Amino acid sequence: MSESTKKGQSHLGFWRRLFVFLGSMELAIILLLTLAIASIIGTVLQQNQPYADYVIKFGPFWFEVFEQLGLYDVYSALWFLAILALLVISTSVCVIRHFPMMVREMWQLRTNVQKKSLRAMRHSVQWQTGASLQNTIAVIQQQLKLSGFRSRQTVKQDDAVLVSAMRGGMNRLGYLFTHIAIVVICIGGLFDSNLPLKLAEWRGDIKIETRDLSVSEIPEESRLAVGNNGFRGTVSIPEGRAAEVAFLPVRDGYLVQALPFRIEVKDFRIEHYPNGQPKSFESDLVIHDPMLESPLEETISVNHPLIYRDHAIYQASFSDGGSALTLDAWPLDSRAGTEPVAIEVKVYETRQMLWGEEMMQLEMTGFRPFNINPDPTEDNPKNLRDFGPNFTFKLRSQTGEAREYENYMFPVLRDDREYFLSGVRNSPAESFAYLYLPVDEDGSLKQFLQYAALLRDEGVVTKVANTMMLEALSMLPERDTALENSLQQTLQTLINMFVRGGFDEVRDFIENSLPDAERDNLAPAYLGMLREMLARIYFTMDGNDAQDVSNEQLLFLQDAVDAIGTLSRYGAPVFLHLTKFEHVQSTGLQIAKAPGKNVVYLGCALLIIGVFLLFYVPQRRLWAWVEQQEGGLTEVILAGATNRNPREFDSFFSAQQAVLMASTGNSFDQPGS
Amino acid sequence: MTTNIQSMIKPVGHTWWWHGLLLLAVIGLLTAYHDVFDVYEVSILIFTGFSMAFVGNQWPEFRVHAIAVAILSLFAIQLYGSDLAAAEVNGLLQYILASQSAIMWMSVFFIAATLAYFGGLIFRSAYTEKIGTSFTWIATTFGMTGLMVRWRETHMMGADIGYIPVSNLYEVFILFAVITALIYLFYERRYQVRSLGGFVLLVISAAVAFQLWYAFERNAHEIQPLVPALQSYWMKIHVPANFIGYGAFAMAAMVGVAYLLVNWRMQKNPSASLVKSMPPLSMMDDLMYKSIALGFAFFTVATILGALWAAEAWGGYWSWDPKETWALIVWLNYAAWLHMRMTKGWNGVPMAWWAIVGLFVTLFAFLGVNMFLSGLHSYGGL
Ligand code: HEM
Repeated sequence: MSESTKKGQSHLGFWRRLFVFLGSMELAIILLLTLAIASIIGTVLQQNQPYADYVIKFGPFWFEVFEQLGLYDVYSALWFLAILALLVISTSVCVIRHFPMMVREMWQLRTNVQKKSLRAMRHSVQWQTGASLQNTIAVIQQQLKLSGFRSRQTVKQDDAVLVSAMRGGMNRLGYLFTHIAIVVICIGGLFDSNLPLKLAEWRGDIKIETRDLSVSEIPEESRLAVGNNGFRGTVSIPEGRAAEVAFLPVRDGYLVQALPFRIEVKDFRIEHYPNGQPKSFESDLVIHDPMLESPLEETISVNHPLIYRDHAIYQASFSDGGSALTLDAWPLDSRAGTEPVAIEVKVYETRQMLWGEEMMQLEMTGFRPFNINPDPTEDNPKNLRDFGPNFTFKLRSQTGEAREYENYMFPVLRDDREYFLSGVRNSPAESFAYLYLPVDEDGSLKQFLQYAALLRDEGVVTKVANTMMLEALSMLPERDTALENSLQQTLQTLINMFVRGGFDEVRDFIENSLPDAERDNLAPAYLGMLREMLARIYFTMDGNDAQDVSNEQLLFLQDAVDAIGTLSRYGAPVFLHLTKFEHVQSTGLQIAKAPGKNVVYLGCALLIIGVFLLFYVPQRRLWAWVEQQEGGLTEVILAGATNRNPREFDSFFSAQQAVLMASTGNSFDQPGS
Repeated sequence: MTTNIQSMIKPVGHTWWWHGLLLLAVIGLLTAYHDVFDVYEVSILIFTGFSMAFVGNQWPEFRVHAIAVAILSLFAIQLYGSDLAAAEVNGLLQYILASQSAIMWMSVFFIAATLAYFGGLIFRSAYTEKIGTSFTWIATTFGMTGLMVRWRETHMMGADIGYIPVSNLYEVFILFAVITALIYLFYERRYQVRSLGGFVLLVISAAVAFQLWYAFERNAHEIQPLVPALQSYWMKIHVPANFIGYGAFAMAAMVGVAYLLVNWRMQKNPSASLVKSMPPLSMMDDLMYKSIALGFAFFTVATILGALWAAEAWGGYWSWDPKETWALIVWLNYAAWLHMRMTKGWNGVPMAWWAIVGLFVTLFAFLGVNMFLSGLHSYGGL
């Protein structure tokens, strides 16, 4: 019996202690700091990146660990939400505990104080006046009212009256507002958080889709019906097309949220400042909704969203919407001839291409109508220049590895000679290495490719090699077939090596397959011979006359040789030259629905009001003990207290004192304690 | 005593003329720009009028400062007329009033003020400290004028390039210096102590030094058009509110430094000259609390305004973007500070250290995030 009651008490005691602990300032402060520190994680580790990147960054082991800790989306990780919840609970408990006291404090004038305690206060003075008790009281209350005090008199003894006054009771309201606001904001935020989704996922009602599918292919369990849940998704809509879903990114996948209306995109525009910086992004939208008798037309731009049926539609980004490109494929590999072949492709398309005997997959990845970049010919990086349209694509060989290319439509000028520019890289991590293909008089690659073809042409090479060899050996007294053959051979191999691997390959050959003794005096000779061959072959082209060589021709030859020397590293069998394009853009919309928004805003309002009340409306109390003395004199004891800013209160109190003394017409005053 | 009564009973002085001037200014601006202002900008203007009336009411020097800024700015704009080139030909602009020159003068006077304050402190010369105060006022006036003129200059750069010059790192550093100085000057008058000036001006001088380096090394002073995300009226209220917060926190930290210094000397030798010439510890403690409270209040407002802006620009009032998150961290840190002091009654040394740590946290939220972390606040990268 007594046992059980004891249990009961300790049981009660536990809950009480828990309640006190939850409402304790220690916990509050610890929680505030813990939350602050925990929040740092998500700012140093980029959140919600593709998981592949994290694996690369941390390696498989730590990737696992961090994933378990939910570090890739900290702010919706269980443990983080737990801290937040604890803070909210703690704040609520705190408010509940203080509520009655605060409300009392707010209104009540303290009337049950004794003369002694007034005398004992830090701010306390007394004086005497000839005026009658009633007059004095009246005057005092009058004055207090003037300086914004609420006051009330309570008869203490038949000859003494206490006037209790207060000002700034709102300060207590400030406390309540501030702390209730925290709770309100967090609850509002909960509505808009992705917690409901997490729950549904745990219950197994929904499944995160990680594959890259077209909307129609996405299975039911990854779709969210129109409801009143909050969400924040994105959708990319090409000009002239429409969408009625938004994609919600979740960890390494996404969900599809149905919209109660259809969004059609008429047009997307980018305006630029004179210096080429983007000035505005705008989309012309048309909302189709059975609830509307006529479609709703709106133009949105950054900072100017469209709010429709609780959905906010923002201009978030833009991309290519599948522009139609016409390309000339110039064969860099003579097996495919020297004539360009026209191809029609759309951005994001992939095509199987047969070039020479090489089967390759062409993957169009992007198109930009203009490229405003720092001008390399100027030293000030702020000077921008438009390099005209360019497009990017990948070439994937059968073995599966792909190179990424970036080709510009118009030739670029470098020390006033024109080149077609093509960047190449083996992985997105690298930066592009550029190939400069020299452009001939009529602005085409014909000459260059003819030359490249000649270098591969056995017949031509043999013929040129032969004549060169004969000239070289003509000074010998009598012919030496062995020597002739070997020299002829060498000349041809030099060219073949050059075509295969540029100067590097030739140098390797010299390094590795010449006897050390002769290398030093043979190397220059070999390179000389190679140059001579390259030049002679160039001059076999029609229109070139070795006798009168123009400077342009020499420069062109040099550029061509440089380009061919690097072709082996370029890796593509063709140079794709953009000749025509029809630009189609796609606008990136962010679509958000936040049912808790207004709750949060209410909380914010409370917070601001509360904080300012707390800081700038000090609660001040004054007491005047007015007592009848013998001899018709009246004694006044003035005391005061405040809950903050004692420093200001000092001067405030003395000012009040002076005013009251003056107005009660005191005869002579004795300095108070 | 009597003045004291005055000050307690009715607002300082008779300021009807001040209110009149503000009213005229607001009406003037509204009539001049009614066709370009949208409703938000009109409200912001009116709100600015009211807050200036409020501040000016209890702070005569502020009225003088505001009027000086107005006159100088209007004069500069007159000189400019409609072409930026005027800055090269017109001597007054070139050497004094063009935003760049005005800002240079601000820098000079802030550094001079720092020296004056410390000089006054070391040689116990009240007069030198007074000079420090006037230098600070002059610097502040130049800085504010510089910003005003720069505002006009952005509009002269070309059609619809114009923006309020609190939009990039360079400009907000000037804002920071000016606001911190104003906050300090306010409390200097309130508490009638000048000996803290040097300490607070130290952090301002640091900002000035950075801003000079930034201008000379990186040509940061060149006016660049705004990226679309920053073209918003929110800019006009979010940033200033934020910098009142930053300024107050910075001031609190520097007072903390002074507190620790004095406290340390006091232990060694209670009658050390530093101890004598500095205000009592209790006062510094109080000042520290006051400026953190001020900072917290305005930082709360700024963060909320930021959330409202985010809701409009990024499609959500809170995205846990690094800048936002660091704002929250700063805020939580000072909330903890306030509770520690309010309800646990801590004060003195630990709170001073905490206030200094707080400044570093704030500094990271203000600079570090832009420098080291990627996020939606892409502007103002170094
Ligand atoms: C994010 C959470 C919180 C915020 C932002 C916050 C904010 C504030 C602020 C600004 C003040 C005024 C401090 C001052 O006047 O110097 C204050 C005071 C106070 N807070 Fe909090 N608070 C929070 C949580 C809590 C919690 C969890 C408790 C419960 C222990 C609590 C209890 C108090 C108390 C008792 C006061 C003193 C009120 C007074 O007498 O003036 N606070 N709070």
